[in-house]
Amino acid sequence: MLKNDLHVGSPRSRIDGPAKVTGQATYAAEFTAADLAHGYIVESAIARGRIVSIDTAAAEALPGVIRVFTHENRPKTAWFTYKYRDMVAPPGAPFRPLYSDEIQYSGQPIALVVAESFEAAREAAALVAVTYDRQPHETDLARARHDSYEPPKKRNGIAPPPAPRGDAQQAFGAAPVRIAGEYAIASEHHNPMEPHATTVVWEGGGKLTVHDKTQGVQNSQAYVTNVFGLSGDDVRVVSPYVGGGFGSGLRPQHQLFLAVMASLALERSVRVELTRQQMFGHVHRPETVNLVSLGAGEDGKLHAIQHQAIAATSRFEDHQEVVVNWSGLLYPAEHVDLRYELAKLDTYSPGDMRAPGAPLGLFALESAMDELAVATGVDPVELRLRNYAERDENEDKPFTSKELRACYRAGAERFGWSRRDPRPGSMREGRELIGWGMASGVWDAGMMKTSARATLTADGRLAIACATSDIGTGTYTILAQIAADALGLPMEAVDVALGDSTLPEAPVQGGSWTAASAGSAVAAACSSLRDALLTRAAAEGSPLAGAKADDVIFEGGHIRSLADPARSLALGEIVAASGPDGIAATESAGPGLIGMMLPKSHSSYTHSAVFAEVRIDEELGVLRVTRIVNAVAAGRILNPKTARSQILGGVVWGIGMALHEEALTDHRLGRIMNHSLAEYHVPVNADIDDIEVIFVEESDEKTSPIGVKGLGEIGIVGTAAAIANAVHHATGKRIRSLPITIDKILQG
Amino acid sequence: MKRFSYHRADSVADAVQALCATPDARIVAGGTNLVDLMKYGVETPSALVDVTRIASLNGIDDTDEGGLRIGALVPNRTVAEDERVAARFPLLASAILAGATPQLRNAATTGGNLNQRTRCYYFYDTKTPCNKREPGSGCPAIGGVNRLHAILGASEHCIATHPSDMCVALAALGAEIRVEGPNGPRRIRFADYHRLPGDAPERDNTLQPGEIIEAVLLPPEAEAFAGHHSYLKLRDRLSYAFALVSVAAALDIREGRIVAARLALGGVAHKPWRREEAEAALVGSPADEAAFAAAATQLLEGAQGHEHNTFKIELARRAILRALGQAAAGTPQSQTDKRIA
Repeated sequence: MLKNDLHVGSPRSRIDGPAKVTGQATYAAEFTAADLAHGYIVESAIARGRIVSIDTAAAEALPGVIRVFTHENRPKTAWFTYKYRDMVAPPGAPFRPLYSDEIQYSGQPIALVVAESFEAAREAAALVAVTYDRQPHETDLARARHDSYEPPKKRNGIAPPPAPRGDAQQAFGAAPVRIAGEYAIASEHHNPMEPHATTVVWEGGGKLTVHDKTQGVQNSQAYVTNVFGLSGDDVRVVSPYVGGGFGSGLRPQHQLFLAVMASLALERSVRVELTRQQMFGHVHRPETVNLVSLGAGEDGKLHAIQHQAIAATSRFEDHQEVVVNWSGLLYPAEHVDLRYELAKLDTYSPGDMRAPGAPLGLFALESAMDELAVATGVDPVELRLRNYAERDENEDKPFTSKELRACYRAGAERFGWSRRDPRPGSMREGRELIGWGMASGVWDAGMMKTSARATLTADGRLAIACATSDIGTGTYTILAQIAADALGLPMEAVDVALGDSTLPEAPVQGGSWTAASAGSAVAAACSSLRDALLTRAAAEGSPLAGAKADDVIFEGGHIRSLADPARSLALGEIVAASGPDGIAATESAGPGLIGMMLPKSHSSYTHSAVFAEVRIDEELGVLRVTRIVNAVAAGRILNPKTARSQILGGVVWGIGMALHEEALTDHRLGRIMNHSLAEYHVPVNADIDDIEVIFVEESDEKTSPIGVKGLGEIGIVGTAAAIANAVHHATGKRIRSLPITIDKILQG
Repeated sequence: MKRFSYHRADSVADAVQALCATPDARIVAGGTNLVDLMKYGVETPSALVDVTRIASLNGIDDTDEGGLRIGALVPNRTVAEDERVAARFPLLASAILAGATPQLRNAATTGGNLNQRTRCYYFYDTKTPCNKREPGSGCPAIGGVNRLHAILGASEHCIATHPSDMCVALAALGAEIRVEGPNGPRRIRFADYHRLPGDAPERDNTLQPGEIIEAVLLPPEAEAFAGHHSYLKLRDRLSYAFALVSVAAALDIREGRIVAARLALGGVAHKPWRREEAEAALVGSPADEAAFAAAATQLLEGAQGHEHNTFKIELARRAILRALGQAAAGTPQSQTDKRIA
C-alpha cells in the first residue's frame, strides 16, 4: 500500500505544464513531415438517403489538389464490419467512412479532398457537387422515444439495470408520499480545445507513424491494423499530448480512417483535421429522458424507486451508458424497478462524455429527491442521511469504502447550509432571489489492467513508460510522484513517457480508472526495480552486503543502511556496475492479478455532495451560479493540486450542463444548427464564480493497491442537479429539462 | 476558402475605385466577421480591399456641429475607452462593452461593427437554404431553429436579426453615417442605414455599390442623455453571447419630467428597433412605471414570435421597463458586474 510521502499526497504542479504553456508540447495536428499533404472532409447535407452522384471534376481541376476520395474510388478496406470494431465499441455495425453511397446522418464524411495545402483542400471541398436521393429521417427523440427498446446486446463494461426488487409499482401506489416526474437532458457535444486530427507520417516501406487525437494509442493502432490489414509492426501511434478528450477520443474517429487511407493510397504523409463546425458531426452525449417516481413515508424514507431512461442512439449502433442503476445504488428501498431503453435516431452514434450516464440519471433522481424533501418537509441533506445506503443493494455487496456521510457533513458546513430557510423564494437580496440546493454524486471506482516499465540508468535518472495517455488530467505528474517516492529520487530525476503504442500496454484513458491503474502499475514496476537494485547492492563486497529490504531506505538517489547511514550506495553506481542499458522492471496491475483485490467481492464507488447557490433576477429570469461547494470522497488523493483541477473542471462542465449546453437540431433537415462555439454555449469566465473543492478523508485498501479511486468524472455528476434544486429553492419553479435557460425560468 | 485578390488601399478614393472595379469585392479591416464567413464559404468575394492603412479613417474628433466624429477604422475598444465618448455619450461606451470579448473589441472596427452580418444559424451553414445568403432559396429559420430570431419587422423571406450592440446605442443616439462613394460623399441617418428584410434580405443596409463608410457622427443633442441612460443586454450566458434582447434607453429628465427620450432594442429585428410612438409616450410624463409600460407597449407593437422565441416578447417588455428604470435613476447597468441593478 502506497503511503503519503515526499511527493505523493502533496500538491505538485504539472511536469508537462511548461511544455504546454510554451507551445513545446506537440499535438496531433502539429506533427509534420517533409511531403505532408492535407485532407479536408466533405460532409453530407442530408440525414438519410443515398448519394445519386458525386462530381469531383471541378475539385480535382483546382491547382494543388492531389486526389478526391469518395465511396466510388476509395481503396479497398476490410469488408467485415467487426474489423471496424474498436476496443470500446458498443454493439452494432460501426460507421465505415466512404464505404458506400448510403447516407446515415447529416455531417457524414462523403469525400476527402487531399491537396498540397489545407487552403487548396478546403477550396476544392466546396466544389464537390453532390446530388442525393433523400429518404425520411428521424432526429427527434420526442417522436422516436415511442419506439424505444431494451438493447438486446449489452455493451461490454456497462452494467445493465439490476433485476427488479419487490413490487415497485404496487408500493408506489400505496406510499403516503408520491413524487413522479419526467426529466430531460439535451444532447451535448464534447468540443475539447484540440479538435480531432490525425497526422500520418509515411515512413516508407509501408510503415506508418500515426499522430492521432486519441485517449488510447493502442486502440487506434488496433483499429488501423484491423481495418487496413496491416501488421502491428507497421503502425506506430504516437500521441504524447491530448488537448482534452472527455470521452470524445475513446473511439477512433473518422479522421483517423481517412488520413490513414489517403496516406496508404498516395504513399505519402497526410494530415486530416476537423474544423470546429465538423466537431459537431460526430460523437456526443445522447439526449436522454428519465421517468422517475419515488414512493416514500411521511418521514421521507423511501419505499419504492422507479427510474426509466430512454436515451438516443444511432441507427447503426446501440451506444449504452449507466443512467438508471445509480437510483438503486444511492438510496435503499425495498421496491426498486430500473429500466434503460434506447431509441434510434439518424445521427452519428453517441459516445461517452465525462461521467457518461451518471449526471443524466442523477439530474432526474436528485431532482426527485429534492421534490420529496419539499413534499415531506425534511431537509434535503437530512433526507439523504435518512436514506443512506450502507451496502450496494443492486449487487448485494459491501462497499470497499464509502465516506458520503462525511461529504454531506463537510460540504454543508463549508456552504453554511444550516442557515438555509427552506421556503422557496424566501431568501433574497434586492431584486435577486437566492436559491440554495444540493445533490449527491456517485461514480464507479476501479482498475483496468495496465502495464508499466521503470528503467534506472547510470546517470541516476528514472524512466517511466506506459502506453496510457494524459488527456490533461495530470497523469504524467502523478506517475512521476509515485515513481520518485518509490526510488527516493527528486521528481526532476524522473522522465515519464506516455501515449506511444510501443510502450507497455494500457487501456484507453477513461472511466476515472487511469490514476488507480497506471499508478498501481508504476508502483509495482518501481517496487520490482527496487528489489533488483537491492539485490545488486547487497552483493558481497558492497557497503550494503547482505542488506534486506527492511534494512535500507531509498533516499536522495542512494540506498542507505538504516542502521548505519554512513553505509550507502548511489543508485547510478549500482546501475553502472551492471552494464550500459540500465536496469529495468516491467509490471502489470489490474483486478484479479496477484496482490490486487478480488474483483467480485466488493463494490467500489466515489461519492460527492454538491451544494449550489444561484441568484436569479426575479423579473428578468437572469440566473447566476454564485457559489458551488463540492465535497468529494475518492480514496487517496495523490496530488491535491491536479485533483482539485479535475473537480473544478467537472463543476464548470456541470454548470454548462445545467445552464448552457444544448445541440439545437432542425428536425426537418435532420441537422444540428448551432455548430459553432459562438452559438453552442459553454460557460465563459463570467459564468463562473466561487467554486470550493473539499476532499474528505477516505481510506480504501481494496479498490487499488495504491488506495486511489479516481477523480476524472465525479466532479460533474451532481452539479447540474444541485443547481436545478437551487433554482427551485429560489423561485419555486421545478425545471425538469436541461439546460435551464431564461425562457424556462420565465415560463416555468 | 475561394481564392481572392487583395488590394491595400492608400486612400478613400483608391478604395472606392477598387470596389467599383470588382463588384463582389469586400472591404476588410478588423476581419472579425468577414474572415470567418470566408472560411465557412458564406462570403466568397473575388477581391478584398484592405482599408486599414487609410489614415483619414482614423481618429475620434470634435465636429463643427459640436458632436463627435468616430473614424470608421477606430477599434471598438478605443471608442469605449475614449474619455469624450464616456463623458458625452456614455450609452455608446456601455453598449460596446456589452458586446463580444476584449480580444474581439480590440480588433473590430467601428465601420465593421455596422456591417457585421446576422448570426442566424442557417445563414452560416452553406448546406442549408437561406434567402440572405442565396436569394430565393428559402428561409428554413421560419419553422426551424429560431431562438435568436426576430420578433419585429421580419418578413416571410427572412427572420434574421442584426447582432450588434454598438448599433443599438447608435440608433438610440440618432447617429449619422458619413459615406464616400463613386458619386461623392453623403450622410445617412442611422435609422435609414440598416434595412428590414422585406423581399431582399440579402441586403443588410442602404450602402450603394462602391460606397464605403468614412465615419460615424454623434450629434451634439444626444449629449443631453448623458445623465440618464442604460444599456441592458440579456443573453444565454453572462458574456460572449449575442443578445436575446437588449435595450438602449436614454432619457432627458428636467424637473421630474421626461423632455426627450430614446429607446432602441437589439436582438429583435433585422435592424436596431426604434419607434417614434414609443418615445413620444415617454415625453412629457414623469419617469414612472406607467410611462415606461406605455413606451414598452408602443415599442413592441406588432411583435410576433416563432417556435422558439415567443418568450422574447415578454422578456423585451420587462427589459424595457428595467432599462428605463435604470436610466431614470441615473444608475446605468454595469457591463462588468453581472448582477442586474
